[in-house]
Amino acid sequence: MRFGIVVFPGTWSDGDCYHVVKSVLGQDARYVWHKDRDVSGLDCLILPGGFSYGDYLRTGAIARFSPVMDEVERFADRGGLVIGICNGFQILCEAGLLPGVLTRNDHVQFRCQWVDLRVENPSTQFTSECRQGQVLSIPISHGEGNYYADPDTLASLNANGQVVFRYCNPQGETTTDANPNGSLENIAGIINERGNVLGMMPHPERCCEEALGGTDGRFIFESILQMVAV
Amino acid sequence: MPVSKETLDEIALSRAEYEAIVERLGREPNSLELGMFGSMWSEHCGYKHSKLLLKRLPSKSPRMLVTPGAENAGVVDIGDGLAIVMKIESHNHPSAVEPFQGAATGVGGIVRDIFAMGARPIALLNSLRFGPLDEAQNRNLFGGVVRGISWYGNCIGVPDVGGEVSFSSSYSNNPLINAMCVGLVEKDRMVRASASGKGNLLILVGADTGRDGIHGASGLASRTFEEEREMRPTVQVGNPFMEKVLIEACLEALDTGHILAMQDLGAAGLTSTIVESVARSGSGAIINIGRAPRREEGMTPYEVMLSESQERMLVVVSGENEEAVRQVFDKWDLESTVIGEVTEDGLVSIYDGDSLVASLPVDVLTDPPLYSLQGVMPAYMEETRSFDLQALPLPTEKPESILLRLLSFPDIADKEWIFRQYDHQVQTNTLQAPGGDAAVLRIKGTGKGIALTTDGNGRYCYLDPFVGAAIAVAEACRNLACVGAEPLALTDCLNFGNPERPDVYYQLEQCVDGIASACEALGVPVISGNVSLYNETRGVAIWPTPVLGALGLLEDAEKRCTTAFKDEGDVVVLLGAAEVSDDAQSLAGSVFLEVVHEKVAGVPSIDLELEVKVQCLCRRAIEDGLLRSAHDCADGGLAVSLAESCVAGGIGFVGSLPLGGRWDAALFGEAQSRIVVSVAPDGLPVLEKLALEQGVPLVQLGSVGGAIFSIPQLMSLPVDELGAAWKGGLKKALD
Repeated sequence: MRFGIVVFPGTWSDGDCYHVVKSVLGQDARYVWHKDRDVSGLDCLILPGGFSYGDYLRTGAIARFSPVMDEVERFADRGGLVIGICNGFQILCEAGLLPGVLTRNDHVQFRCQWVDLRVENPSTQFTSECRQGQVLSIPISHGEGNYYADPDTLASLNANGQVVFRYCNPQGETTTDANPNGSLENIAGIINERGNVLGMMPHPERCCEEALGGTDGRFIFESILQMVAV
Repeated sequence: MPVSKETLDEIALSRAEYEAIVERLGREPNSLELGMFGSMWSEHCGYKHSKLLLKRLPSKSPRMLVTPGAENAGVVDIGDGLAIVMKIESHNHPSAVEPFQGAATGVGGIVRDIFAMGARPIALLNSLRFGPLDEAQNRNLFGGVVRGISWYGNCIGVPDVGGEVSFSSSYSNNPLINAMCVGLVEKDRMVRASASGKGNLLILVGADTGRDGIHGASGLASRTFEEEREMRPTVQVGNPFMEKVLIEACLEALDTGHILAMQDLGAAGLTSTIVESVARSGSGAIINIGRAPRREEGMTPYEVMLSESQERMLVVVSGENEEAVRQVFDKWDLESTVIGEVTEDGLVSIYDGDSLVASLPVDVLTDPPLYSLQGVMPAYMEETRSFDLQALPLPTEKPESILLRLLSFPDIADKEWIFRQYDHQVQTNTLQAPGGDAAVLRIKGTGKGIALTTDGNGRYCYLDPFVGAAIAVAEACRNLACVGAEPLALTDCLNFGNPERPDVYYQLEQCVDGIASACEALGVPVISGNVSLYNETRGVAIWPTPVLGALGLLEDAEKRCTTAFKDEGDVVVLLGAAEVSDDAQSLAGSVFLEVVHEKVAGVPSIDLELEVKVQCLCRRAIEDGLLRSAHDCADGGLAVSLAESCVAGGIGFVGSLPLGGRWDAALFGEAQSRIVVSVAPDGLPVLEKLALEQGVPLVQLGSVGGAIFSIPQLMSLPVDELGAAWKGGLKKALD
C-alpha cells in the first residue's frame, strides 16, 4: 500500500515515518509538501511530528492553513486513512478534523520518555491488531500534549468509543502518575466519529525495531496494512 | 585623529595591536574597519593566546578528511563512503548573562557549523558546569540553560544524546555551556567553506540582520564576566524554527550540485564569515551591505557588518546557477539575497550603496599577533600538591551512608531529570540513550554504529592541569571502550581564565600538553575545537576545564555493551588492576574527598601505557561477545561504579573480595584505567587468558545476583535504596 507523508516547514518525524514505512514494513511511501495538493494514489496520509512553523503561536495553528490541509480534509471525507502523530495530532485538532485541543503539559516541561498506553478500542482501523486493554509501550516527545475537550465532547468521545489510547501504568491502570502531561482522563489518542482519522501524541514510528528498544508501534502500522488489504 | 582608549576597550584591542594595524595598513583604519579588526583579532576569531599552543595537539590520522581549523568542523571517514563531521563550542558568556537564549543559541551556532559542511546534524551533546545548586542563582542558571537547550534542540529535530553536568563553586558566576554537534555526510557531498572564483556570487540566506549580538566575539569572549553585565544587548536571540528550515533548505540546495561553498554566520557575523571564507582561497570580496535585509531601519554599516543575528548562512554560487539555487530557498520561504561577489584582489571591500565604507587586506585581518607567555605555576598548587592524603583520618561515617551520599551527589546522580526534557530519539538512530557510558547511534544502511561522549574534570585539572587533561582524554576514550567502540577522533573545548595572566597561561599550556600526550598514547587526533578564555570573576579564574568530545566507531552496532549487570551468577571483574588498592593516594581530587572531607587536594595520576592496554582489552572482549556489561570506574570510585551497574540492571551484587586497610580509598578512590565488567562464568577463563596475553591485570570482585548490594564486612544495601538515592539526587538538590 502507499503512504503519503506530509511535510510542513518544521516537521521532523517525516524521515522517521518514511523509514518505517519503506524499510521496516516494505511499503510504498512518498513525501507530500505542504504547498502541494496532489494526494492521488495514496491509501494513508501521515501527518508526522515536529514543530510546524515553530509552534510559536499555538501548536498546529498556522499549519492548518497550508494548502495541503484542504486535500487532507477531502481525502478524509472520501474515507481515506489519516494518522496524525504528535504535531500531526495537534494540526488535526486545529483543522477541526478531530475534536478538542492539545495544550501545554501541566508541568510545563518537554517530555521525551517511554510511556505505556492502554488500547481502549481495538476495533478501529488503526488498532485491529491489538487486544482490548492491551498495554503498548511507545515513546512520547512533546511539550504540548495535554489533551482537553469540553464536557459534552468528552462524553460523546467516550460514548462512541473514540478514545483509542489512554496513558496507563505497566499494569494497564490509568493512574495520575502514569499521565505524563495532564491530559484529560489520560487521553493519549482519539479517532474521529467516522473512524478513519486518528490522532495520537506518542510516536509509534519510534518503536518498530527491536534495536530501538521496542516494537509496539508495529501494532498500529500493521493494523493499517490489514485494513487496506481488506 | 588618534583613537581613544575607550574605543579600543570597546573592541578589546590593545594600543600596541592598534599600532600594528596602522603600520600594516599604512594608514589609520576608519571606525568600521577598526570594528572589523576588533572582531577578527579577538581571541574568539583570532586565537591570539592559544594558536601557538593548539599546534601542539596531534591532528594526524588516516581517517581525517580535512585539516583542523581549515573548515567549520573536523571530518572523519567511517567507511562506506560516509564521513562524520563534528565540533564542540562554548557559549559560556552569553549563557551567564541570559541562560535560556545563551544556551539555545549555543546549540544553534554549533549545528550551523555542521550543516554548513553539507552534513545532516544527527546528534547533540552538552557539557555543562554550574555552581552548587544550593544557591538560587545557580539553580536559575541551570534551569534556564536546560530549558534553552531543550527549546532549541527539540524544535530542530536533532536528538540530544548525551553529555555531562557537573557542579562546583568554581563555576558559580561563570557557568560553562559547551555544545557539541555531530553530522553525517556522504564524502562526495561535503562542502567547503572556501569562497573562490572571480565573479562568483555571495548569497546571504536566512534571517534578517538586526542589532543583536554586536561585539559578541570581541566583547563577550575577551572580557571577564563582571565587565559585561552592562552588555545585555550583546546576547543573541534564537529562532529554532528558522534554523530547522535553514538546515533543510541548505541540504536541499546542495542537491542542485551548484553550491560552491557555504559558511555560517557566527561570531563576528558577516565580517568573519566573508573574511574567513575568502581567506581560505586567497581571494577577496566586494560586498554591498545596502542589500543585506535588515530587521530595522537606520542600521549603520558597522552594525550590519558586526551583528551576530542568528540563523544566517552565506552561500557561494556562480552567476549562471543563481536562480536554480535561489528557487530552493524560495520553496522554503527563506529570504536569499546576493550581497556581493568574489574578487581576486585579496581585499574585502564593503560598499554601502555607492560609497566605499571599508577596504581591508584579507591577509592582515586574518593574521593577528600571536602571543606566547612564560607560564608560572599557580601559587595554590604548592598547597594542594603537598596535602598529605595518607594522614587523612578514616571517616567515622559508615561506608553505606557515604555511598548513598555520593550516589545522590549531583555530579554522580542520575541525569534523567535533564535528558527527559531533550528529544533524544528523533531520527530513530539512538541505540544507547543518555545515561550509558557513551551514546550509541546506528548508521542506517550499514551495520555500523558510532559512539559519542563528552568528558572533562575541572577538579583534576585544577590540581594538575597536565595530568587532569590527560585523564579527560583517557576517560572519554575509556567511555567509548565501555560500549565497545574504537576511538576515532576528539574535539576539544578549552575553558580557562584570562590567558594574559602567567598562572592561567600555565594551566592552558599544561592542559594542551596533557591532551597531546594522552592523544598520542591512544592514537587519537584532535580534529576540531574552540577556546573560551577570560572565564573569571573578580580576578578569580574558573578551574582550568578542557572538555573533550569523543567519537568512536563500532563496526557491528549489535555488539554494543551496556553498563547494566544482566544475569544471576555472572562474574564481576575489575580490569586494569591486580587488586583493589587501598592506597590513599587514589583519593586525590576525588568526589569522596570533596563531599566527605570538603577538600580539593592531592595530585591525580594516570599510567597512559596501562590505559591503552585496558581499553584495547575491553574493546576486544566486547567484540568477542564475552562481556555482559562494562562500566568505567570514574567519579566516586569502585563502589559507585558497581552500584550504578546494579541500579541499571535492577539486580544485586555479592562481593567476594574482602577490602581491608583504608576502605575509603578502596571503595571511593579514583585510580584511573579501571573498568568494571561482568562475564558469564564460562567466559571467565577466556577473559583471563585474553588479559594475560595483552598484559592487563584483573581481579575478581564477586558475582551478580539477588537484590542486595554487598561488600564483605563493609556494606549491605538493597539495590532499591541505591536506586532511590541515585535517581532522586538531582531532583533533591533542585528542590
